[in-house]
Amino acid sequence: MQLTSEEWTAIELSLRVAFWATLVSLPFGIAVAWALARTEFVGKSLVDGLVHLPLVLPPVVTGYLLLILFGRRGPIGAWLYDTFGIVLSFRWTGAALACAVMGFPLLVRAIRLSIEAIDRRLEDAATTLGANRAWTFAAVTLPLALPGVIAGMVLCFAKALGEFGATITFVSNIPGETQTISAAIYTYTQVPGGDEPALRLVVISIVIALAALIVSEWFARKAGARVHGA
Amino acid sequence: MLEVDLTKTLGVLSIQARFATAGGVTALFGPSGSGKTSIVNMIAGLLTPDAGRIALDGALLFDSASGVSVAAHRRRVGYVFQDGRLFPHLSVRANLVFGRWMSGIARDPAEEAHVIDLLGIDRLLARRPGSLSGGEKSRVAIGRALLMKPRLLLLDEPMASLDEARKVEIMPYLERLRDEARVPMVYVSHAADEVRRLASQVVRLDHGQVVATGGIDVLLPAAMPAADARPPSAQGRAVT
Repeated sequence: MQLTSEEWTAIELSLRVAFWATLVSLPFGIAVAWALARTEFVGKSLVDGLVHLPLVLPPVVTGYLLLILFGRRGPIGAWLYDTFGIVLSFRWTGAALACAVMGFPLLVRAIRLSIEAIDRRLEDAATTLGANRAWTFAAVTLPLALPGVIAGMVLCFAKALGEFGATITFVSNIPGETQTISAAIYTYTQVPGGDEPALRLVVISIVIALAALIVSEWFARKAGARVHGA
Repeated sequence: MLEVDLTKTLGVLSIQARFATAGGVTALFGPSGSGKTSIVNMIAGLLTPDAGRIALDGALLFDSASGVSVAAHRRRVGYVFQDGRLFPHLSVRANLVFGRWMSGIARDPAEEAHVIDLLGIDRLLARRPGSLSGGEKSRVAIGRALLMKPRLLLLDEPMASLDEARKVEIMPYLERLRDEARVPMVYVSHAADEVRRLASQVVRLDHGQVVATGGIDVLLPAAMPAADARPPSAQGRAVT
């Protein structure tokens, strides 16, 4: 199976976008998941709702909102450009942002569930041993939640690989910059003779998805064995 | 010396406890649901009293009148939980030194060796809690609480989850602990025989109220069921 350089570019771009989307959202995902699982605060259900919104909104709506907010003339986009010279719209970094937002609910959900499943009494025990909140989290909660963190990262990564609607709305479909595998497949299906390259990319997608699942399964089993430690 | 004077309402249970301990082993003795565990949780700082005062060696841990409430992680009160609560993701050795890390106390190999020897857990150090027996878990939990150099050690029915054979296995370690570790202890139990063997002072609880304090003569005769009998008035000093 011979791939054209355009196809390689799309594959490399997809992996790069998904990788950064997952990595950058991870600290925020852990923080939000912990706050939702372990604290009570005013407006908690609102935060919960906002986090889950991308899951239920049409992706094109999320993409359009990102365009309004993070576009060069959007309130956040203009500020980012003026302050740091960062441009997100029509760049691969914007694609990563769109994917991060779309994957965020899945990331938070998996981590939150695993934190909620941890016996709070273990955290109490850490407290009586002199651990403050931050240390209790770092030394007890986070390691015990690791299988959930890994599961959340995989879901977020998979979502990012497959994201289409929000990405194409926010950063368009520019070969070499924002044309991910999904966008490339879509483009090929729109042109005559595009079936063959589209099919090649379909096969690549399946291979990447399967590999991600197998690797994560392996990590999750390792982490699970550590946590339940025999 | 531990001074406790507190009130706390938990659902239908209204706890009103006032007692002072003189060092050694003080038993909080009473039937299930009499508020024993809630009281030690308040001493440890895991539960906040509605009102009252808790002081340890003259230093306030909690005082509703002056608004003092020392955070649990700053109290240096060791707590051996009923179910052990060892950290499943850490080795026995890491569990033992956890309190030292977290409290910022320097490692002390001699003391570690002493505690490990006292509890007979030297062969368990590399293992994970998941592979320990119930009795081994209890001993490691005691060691973990001891090694943080507590000013007071709380033991909440450390033998409740063990079968008879395991209780027989643990009892000598508890007796050594009492005789060799110079830490005042509060021992929660509903078993009169355990209390009789370990405690020098007894606080008898029923329905959240202290019904008697005194020596082990506050306990009922062993033959009588503890749960539904009244305390003997002849020798125990009644507290209302």
